[in-house]
Amino acid sequence: MHFRRTMLTRSLTRVALAGAALLTGAAIPAQAWEPTKQVTFIIPAGTGGGADQMARFIQGVVGKHNLMKQPVVVINKAGGAGAEGFLEVKKSKGDAHQIIITLSNLFTTPLATGVPFNWKDMTPVAMLALDQFVLWVNSDTPYKTAKDYIEAVKAGDDKKFKMGGTGSKQEDQIITVALESVTGGKKFTYVPFAGGGAVAVQLVGKHVDSTVNNPIEAVAQWRAGALRPLCIFDDQRSTYTAKVTDAMAWSDIPTCKESGVDVDYQMLRGIFMPAGVTKEQVAFYVELFKKVRETPDWKEFMEKGAFNNTFMTGDDYAKWVEAAEKRHHGLMKSAGFLAAGK
Amino acid sequence: MEEVASLMQGFGIALTPYNLALMFVGIVLGVIIGVLPGLGGANGVAILLPLTFTMPPTSAIIMLSCIYWGALFGGAITSILFNIPGEPWSVATTFDGHPMARNGRADEALTAAFTSSFVGALVAVIVITFLAPVIARFALQFGPAEFFSVFFLTFASFVGMGRGSAVKTIAAMALGFALAAVGMDGVTGQLRMTFGYDQLLNGFDFLIAVIGLFGIGEILSSMESGLKFQGSHAKLRLRIVLTTWKKLLAYWTTSVRSCLIGCWMGITPGGATPASFMSYGLAKRISPRGANFGKGEIEGVVAPETAAHAAGTSALLPMLTLGIPGSPTAAVLLGGLLIWGLQPGPLLFVEQKDFVWGLIASMYLGNIVGLIVVLTCVPFFAAILRVPFSIIAPVILVICAIGAYTVNNNMFDVWMMLVFGVAGYVFNKLHYPLAPLVLAIVLGDKAEESFRQSMLLSQGNLSIFWANPLVATIMSLGVLMLLWPLVSALRARSARSRSATAA
Repeated sequence: MHFRRTMLTRSLTRVALAGAALLTGAAIPAQAWEPTKQVTFIIPAGTGGGADQMARFIQGVVGKHNLMKQPVVVINKAGGAGAEGFLEVKKSKGDAHQIIITLSNLFTTPLATGVPFNWKDMTPVAMLALDQFVLWVNSDTPYKTAKDYIEAVKAGDDKKFKMGGTGSKQEDQIITVALESVTGGKKFTYVPFAGGGAVAVQLVGKHVDSTVNNPIEAVAQWRAGALRPLCIFDDQRSTYTAKVTDAMAWSDIPTCKESGVDVDYQMLRGIFMPAGVTKEQVAFYVELFKKVRETPDWKEFMEKGAFNNTFMTGDDYAKWVEAAEKRHHGLMKSAGFLAAGK
Repeated sequence: MEEVASLMQGFGIALTPYNLALMFVGIVLGVIIGVLPGLGGANGVAILLPLTFTMPPTSAIIMLSCIYWGALFGGAITSILFNIPGEPWSVATTFDGHPMARNGRADEALTAAFTSSFVGALVAVIVITFLAPVIARFALQFGPAEFFSVFFLTFASFVGMGRGSAVKTIAAMALGFALAAVGMDGVTGQLRMTFGYDQLLNGFDFLIAVIGLFGIGEILSSMESGLKFQGSHAKLRLRIVLTTWKKLLAYWTTSVRSCLIGCWMGITPGGATPASFMSYGLAKRISPRGANFGKGEIEGVVAPETAAHAAGTSALLPMLTLGIPGSPTAAVLLGGLLIWGLQPGPLLFVEQKDFVWGLIASMYLGNIVGLIVVLTCVPFFAAILRVPFSIIAPVILVICAIGAYTVNNNMFDVWMMLVFGVAGYVFNKLHYPLAPLVLAIVLGDKAEESFRQSMLLSQGNLSIFWANPLVATIMSLGVLMLLWPLVSALRARSARSRSATAA
């Protein structure tokens, strides 16, 4: 509590100082906008997950390297698979002191539940990275390649193979359904769990047969020899060539396509802010995240999680998001996940 | 004894003046966080996490885990004094802790709670020290069916606890299940019972319900009975710590049993909340004074507190070795580990020896520091009850409102808290028990989720709950617990009829 109070007083003083500066006619450049109070960073997911980790990491980096004069306050608004957080941003039209980090629920939640929000209700700021997905099996199983595994699924009974994943009708299940296009009509039994870490442990404990965990969720078990990566759902291999286990680097994992399983999927880790903000305000955050990405801390973070370190802003980013939304609509439509009227 | 050598090395790492100072700061912050309902350990640690990025990882985790210990200790204070549990696992502490405070024995209850917490945590740390690698593997056996069996056992060991009618208990529990179902359904990804209201997206948070049902309900009842606290004649007895300790020795069986339940639940990882409820339920069944539970029995404070802390502490083990958090706070700490560049997992004990053993050593030290800090404050905490009701009641109301708001930063929750407060008052008047309602809100959705995951895995076949010795044992225990009241009632009846025919 004390912590928050000091921040509040600090920001009040800042506002007062800014006001005084205006009154005395001090030169403030017309274009450079800067936050005048603390910035709220919303996470549309629970504490401890991938988005939460990234947002808190960014908060730490901004503080450590003094990238912004005002403090960043991180808030989790996870209700309704993130709908709560997105609705908050939609409501805060014109508020330039609010940003939100997204995961795939930016697309999946409105499509699956019908809760009324869309990325167009917000202003795209920047794509920070793309999170990868990897097909994992327990290393005690005989499957050495994605092809081996898919052949086994084809040969087995319908719904015999269990796929563990995070959440329902979200990215993990979408990938699972996409995989079913190459299994000759055989379906997986998809079992949803609350978090990625739990999913990885369920696979180690052999309660499920495979997962599509993000690299960071399963890397510890991979290094310990409990899990085996079969393929990465990207059109090219990872660029990280440092050895993760004794024998393999991220770059040694074949793409699913080259293993004969033509499925690719990445998850957006991007930043949005409310609608109705000025160009200068967006520019400030773009610059801020550019600075964040230049820190050595960020580079280390990217490598640890084997992220696809792509950065996009402006029209490029908006176009990417638009295409991604169409893609999700198509994937979810064919999977039968769409809410009525979507 | 390789472990002892490593531990000694760990003490060497943890025992620097800088780290000791951080421990002290962490404990004090933690107690404050634990006292404020709604803020909670997870939120507290999350808020302070970014501050630690500039520290060495070992110092950072020492401070954050001390906040966690402090919050565990602090949660008991408001539960006992004002019937407001600051953390889910403190709910069971209110059942006897608060009646003790009303009887003027607040200091005794607080001492019992703090001491039990310490004992539970200490036993759990010893278990972690010597058995970590062996036990870590055990957690892997827990799939959805095993999780469901644990929740089932918790509910079963709790049924028949209320003194009121069984129908009322079931009604309260059913209402709890219904409230727990509101919001996102994790298995189908659909919204349930939100009726188009955005505010209901999040469902009913346990903390909002508890702050209202217990805290506000209690204040309403106090207002009715004469605008003063019934525990206001509490004396400030400085020697109370020693006399209470003497009494606690008599309950060593309860302590041992609660430690076992707690360690087991923390490692599996069922969590501290089921541990505290299960331990309380069992103590009530087994204790010769079981009938007095709920009226201010010191054993009823010992059981849940010991188990909650044993579980809370041992929950760090699956976090470190498997990367699965046993509690929400552990989940945040887990995020911290990743940010400090440490990879939790099976290799952590091999690759980061200094960090792991420094942390384990700090668990010993942190809990000792914590016990000293909170015990010296017992008379002051108890003295709060001597402040006139007209001053303290509004303060509690404000703290409750802030707490309810902080949970999700949502004003709607504050109104919900008031609604729950009125409901709590009405429940009391009509003699509906609150405990089953709260238990169902806390564990209802988790139990439902693991049940449905099991059904998905087995394609709808119930035999999955008896598929291996582990899950079969837990389920059978649960069924036994569930039928116990029935069996004992039948036995009592047949005994009565026999004595009647004999007469």
